Amino acid sequence: MAHVRILILRAAGTNCDLEAQHAWQLAGATAERVHIRRLIEKPHTLDEYQVLTIPGGFSYGDDIAAGRIFAAQIRRHLLDDLRKFIDGGRLVLGICNGFQVLVQTGLLPCRLTDDRPRTCTVTYNDPPGFQDRWIYLRASGDRCVFLEPGRVYEMPIAHGEGRVLFASAADLNAAVYAGQNALVYSEPRNGGPNLHGEPLNPNGSQADIAGLCDETGRVLGLMPHPERFVTWTQHPCWTSQPPRAEGDGLALFRRAVGYFK
Amino acid sequence: MPVFRIEVTPLREPGIPADSPPTLQVLSEAGLAGLNQVVVTRLFFVEGAINREDVEAISEKLLRDPVAESASVHGVGDDLPEAGGGSVAVEVHLRPGVMDPVAESTLAELRQEGYAVEAVRTARRYLLSGRLRDDQVVVTVGRVLANDCIEEVVLGTAGVRPAPRPPEYAFRPRQIALQHLDDAALERLSRDAHLFLSLAELHAIQRYFSDLGREPTDLELETLAQTWSEHCVHKTLKSAVAYRGAALPRGDGRAAADETRRYDNLLQETIVRATAELMAANTGPECLSVFQDNAGVIGFDEQFGIAFKVETHNHPSAIEPYGGAATGIGGVIRDVIGCGLGAKPIASTDVFCVAPSDWPQDRLPKGVLHPWRVLRGVVDGVGDYGNRMGIPTVNGAVYFDPRYLGNPLVFCGSLGLIPRDKVQKAARCGDHIVVIGGRTGRDGIHGATFSSAELSDTHADEFSHAVQIGNALTEKRFLDAILQARDAEGGVLYTGLTDCGAGGLSSAIGEMGEHTGALVDLERVPLKYRGLRYDEIWISEAQERMVVAVPPENLPRFLNIMAAEEVDATVIGTFGTAATSPGVPPRLVVRYAGQVVGELDMQFLHHGWPRGERVAEWRPESPRGGGGVKCAALTSLPQALRRLEGELARPNVASKAWIIRRYDHEVQGGSVIKPLVGPGSGPSDAAVLRPRLDSSRGVAVGCGLAPHLSDVDPYWMAAAAIDEALRNVVCVGGDPRRTAILDNFCWGRTDDARQLGALVRACQACYDVAKAYGLPFISGKDSLNNEFALDEADLEPLVETLRIYGQRGDADGEHLGRHLPAIEGRLRARRRLAIPPTLLISALSLVDDVRQCVTPDLKQPGHCVLLVGVLRPTDFALERAADVHRAVAEAIRAGLVAACHDAADGGWLVALAEMAIAGKRGVMLQAEEPCDADPYGETCATYLVEVNDHQAAARLFERRGVQPRCVATVSNQDTLRCDTVSVGIAALGAAWHGR
Repeated sequence: MAHVRILILRAAGTNCDLEAQHAWQLAGATAERVHIRRLIEKPHTLDEYQVLTIPGGFSYGDDIAAGRIFAAQIRRHLLDDLRKFIDGGRLVLGICNGFQVLVQTGLLPCRLTDDRPRTCTVTYNDPPGFQDRWIYLRASGDRCVFLEPGRVYEMPIAHGEGRVLFASAADLNAAVYAGQNALVYSEPRNGGPNLHGEPLNPNGSQADIAGLCDETGRVLGLMPHPERFVTWTQHPCWTSQPPRAEGDGLALFRRAVGYFK
Repeated sequence: MPVFRIEVTPLREPGIPADSPPTLQVLSEAGLAGLNQVVVTRLFFVEGAINREDVEAISEKLLRDPVAESASVHGVGDDLPEAGGGSVAVEVHLRPGVMDPVAESTLAELRQEGYAVEAVRTARRYLLSGRLRDDQVVVTVGRVLANDCIEEVVLGTAGVRPAPRPPEYAFRPRQIALQHLDDAALERLSRDAHLFLSLAELHAIQRYFSDLGREPTDLELETLAQTWSEHCVHKTLKSAVAYRGAALPRGDGRAAADETRRYDNLLQETIVRATAELMAANTGPECLSVFQDNAGVIGFDEQFGIAFKVETHNHPSAIEPYGGAATGIGGVIRDVIGCGLGAKPIASTDVFCVAPSDWPQDRLPKGVLHPWRVLRGVVDGVGDYGNRMGIPTVNGAVYFDPRYLGNPLVFCGSLGLIPRDKVQKAARCGDHIVVIGGRTGRDGIHGATFSSAELSDTHADEFSHAVQIGNALTEKRFLDAILQARDAEGGVLYTGLTDCGAGGLSSAIGEMGEHTGALVDLERVPLKYRGLRYDEIWISEAQERMVVAVPPENLPRFLNIMAAEEVDATVIGTFGTAATSPGVPPRLVVRYAGQVVGELDMQFLHHGWPRGERVAEWRPESPRGGGGVKCAALTSLPQALRRLEGELARPNVASKAWIIRRYDHEVQGGSVIKPLVGPGSGPSDAAVLRPRLDSSRGVAVGCGLAPHLSDVDPYWMAAAAIDEALRNVVCVGGDPRRTAILDNFCWGRTDDARQLGALVRACQACYDVAKAYGLPFISGKDSLNNEFALDEADLEPLVETLRIYGQRGDADGEHLGRHLPAIEGRLRARRRLAIPPTLLISALSLVDDVRQCVTPDLKQPGHCVLLVGVLRPTDFALERAADVHRAVAEAIRAGLVAACHDAADGGWLVALAEMAIAGKRGVMLQAEEPCDADPYGETCATYLVEVNDHQAAARLFERRGVQPRCVATVSNQDTLRCDTVSVGIAALGAAWHGR
């Protein structure tokens, strides 16, 4: 098996690219950071990679809305290449701003067509405002290849626009029914102590959705930051809790690398 | 040219609150009665060779969220929707020339999409429903949702208007006739042109040009004013000072009679001297760069150093809190990017000193923003900018005192990781002068001189052009690009770089070219809009620009990297003037359209300012005694417990979680000790970061300040600030033997002998304590003239309000009450509100292995909690305090400490409660504990230490001459108990969290 290669796609204002690269490397992959302008110049270089990651940050300042301009650029220049990439059995991971970009691009939760308008958005938190805190997440089904079914993960969030919202109850139900609500905000694992306080759902997302996958399970977008919990000392209670060998977030990267082995 | 207006409105179902706190709440709190609902609409004005169909498509594809928003498009002449039945509409538009980041990004994206768009503007529309009066709405929105100095509030609608067109500029060089001006005329010129030059300085300039046989140009005079401003050269701290008054402490605890002392250069002989002596003795961390660059640098590991700089942005934040704080953090980040050959920013800090948030709305002096508005604005400004930069904001403080009403203080710090071989820089003759980043506009003119002036109620009008809105995206872009050019294969592509701070190109190029000279062609500088005069281009502080010195052979590669990261870069001149006039000392030559508009000797520019001798005098005028509750008032610890919830809820103590959570403090992944820790989210003492993800080496960052002690003695105020900064980093596991500190002085007017006397005492304390503790200063900055000139009519209401705060029953109220007579006397005599002399000390400490770090949350029932140190807040023996700090650090290194917390500030009982809240653990206090360690008394060098081996810890402390006392035991209960009195940890948590 050849080495797993990761393309970390960045744009002006992307800022979690280095720690995402570090997380992929810890998981045993090779990760390269590529500016969207370079990829637009040579879209065929996508073929050299198994996973595309769109990391967190404030792409183009999140001006107009979070991820809006980055998504517009992908739609204009790279949409067909990306669809081919996914159809070829490769993986896409969007973290925080990257999740917002994937939803706005129309790759999550479902592919857009001319007669299929967008049914989902990621918008302003309720209660409003940017928040950096930790939360619990549960992998809700077995559709998504990045996640271990049923596992509870701890991770930090840091966003002001992370509320997953569907255009109608029917759209929401369809996504949940299809198991696309890959990650939901949840209680601590096994009735353990809640170290991170209330509310469990920090942003008012419908059905407590923290992350969505597409129908194939190979495209995942999530608001929390797995790359910020790869070593134990990143946990806010590491000085008082029984130590873990590594951070919960790393499992997600490892599983993706394992997918190609 | 067609103009269209696009309104983007949140759909009523589902309703989305976009603002925090919600607009409805903000308006209601501001007294707008009868308000039921607010709908906030975003407006985009798009102008260009486009038609309605284009704009409909733009609206659908780019501006509107198809799930959450609706949009409508209007052209010129279209009927705009009326507010209708019982609603009032108000629009807020930016004034011409104010930075509009959303408009910039939208314009760039539309052009890439292929639309021939000329201009984009944005605005906000508020549709308010309820029983409202139009005039009331305009006034309230104007007061709390808009800022008159950058925005215009329009009742109804401003319609569909084209962007304003600035007039063309016709070049006309101007000279200022100085030679025949008498002193009165010189002073008038200095004031009217906002030069803020003293008479002695004006005389020096007069002489310089008289020797040359010509008059100065406006640009030359402006350049000198900016370069010689207090902000840029720190002339007060560098001046000779004759001090007389109360004797300075001599370290033996004995009070001497009056003394006189002379300093030839106050800064050199105190702060800089301490560092030099420590470095010579090989004490403290490895100092790689001190006081000479934009930031100080100490060694981190074998490959890297850590740069640290803290700046203030007080005056801009007083007038426009959001923009002022955002550009403050943006500026200090640029200082670190521009340190040496470029450091990579890894963390930010912020400290705010503001008046209480519950200040009566009807008691605000004219020209002052409400302190709650100021605090909310500065927090949002730091948050929005820091978050967008991808730099974690990890440490800070908020300090409340009514005397910050007219002059709130905003301190912004930045740390960076820098390769050891890139700490030094020097532009060389022949290098291109390249300006990168933002374009130059008229915003931010007179930044340096403005920040050196005293504020008054007319400043919002006179200096609105000095106030700016930042654009973090521009800065983030060139940060990414500069790091690539720094780490380019084959070596750095430039020889020097610096930030365009206050003073703009004039100070950046002036500084970089001091030893080479420089030749600049101003017409090449990229402008935001036409119509700027050459001198405006030269001195504008317009944000997000840097100047880089690029050797000709590297220019193509350098420009390629900039272009690849979408960064504007333009050659505007060359370093070195030898080619144009061989044999002449370095000069600064500035041209516009080929004609020389300024020519100054670098020597005169940087060293020609006359150093005065100033008189300083200080004597105590208030009764002695630190803050806190006097022990006499308490008969026992159980009784003291009854007061605990109130003390925890005191604004200076209570949780700052609402600020901390607003900042991304974990981006970059290096976070080890966060601002809130433990299962109960209690306060940590300092931040610890692991700047290299592949290493377990860390840095601890903390801060200290004790402005209230200035009322007792500024010497001990400074000593307490240093002590607190060191305590904080020691608490988490920082190494006191490898800790560096930074000073930020914020003072009143130092032409007042008493204020200058206070400064002398604080500087002397800096020397004494830095030496005793082994902490070199590596960088510093000062902000003087923090006084607010009051209107006659505002004096009595202010005095009455101060009295109300002085009567509050908590520790802050008691302190203010005790010193109020002296404060009131000065206020009446001078009719100016001066801040208490304030010194912020920031500390940077190395941590060998972050896995040994400690947090304050109580860990294990049965463990003993030791009270260590407990020195008086004033007149304490510095050597003894140093022993305490070293002993605690040693105990942590020895693995004996389960939890550690700074116990000096609000008294040890408050600190113990914080440890219990953080750990969600109960505590049993030793009831027989005598009250000599006043539980709410302020102290220095005091720690609470939860130890996992009581005997071993006690032995270690005693070996170091420090007598610890076991004051409590961690318990299994959910209470903090003493004898028969107990308080629930949940109740204490609720008081501290403000729930």
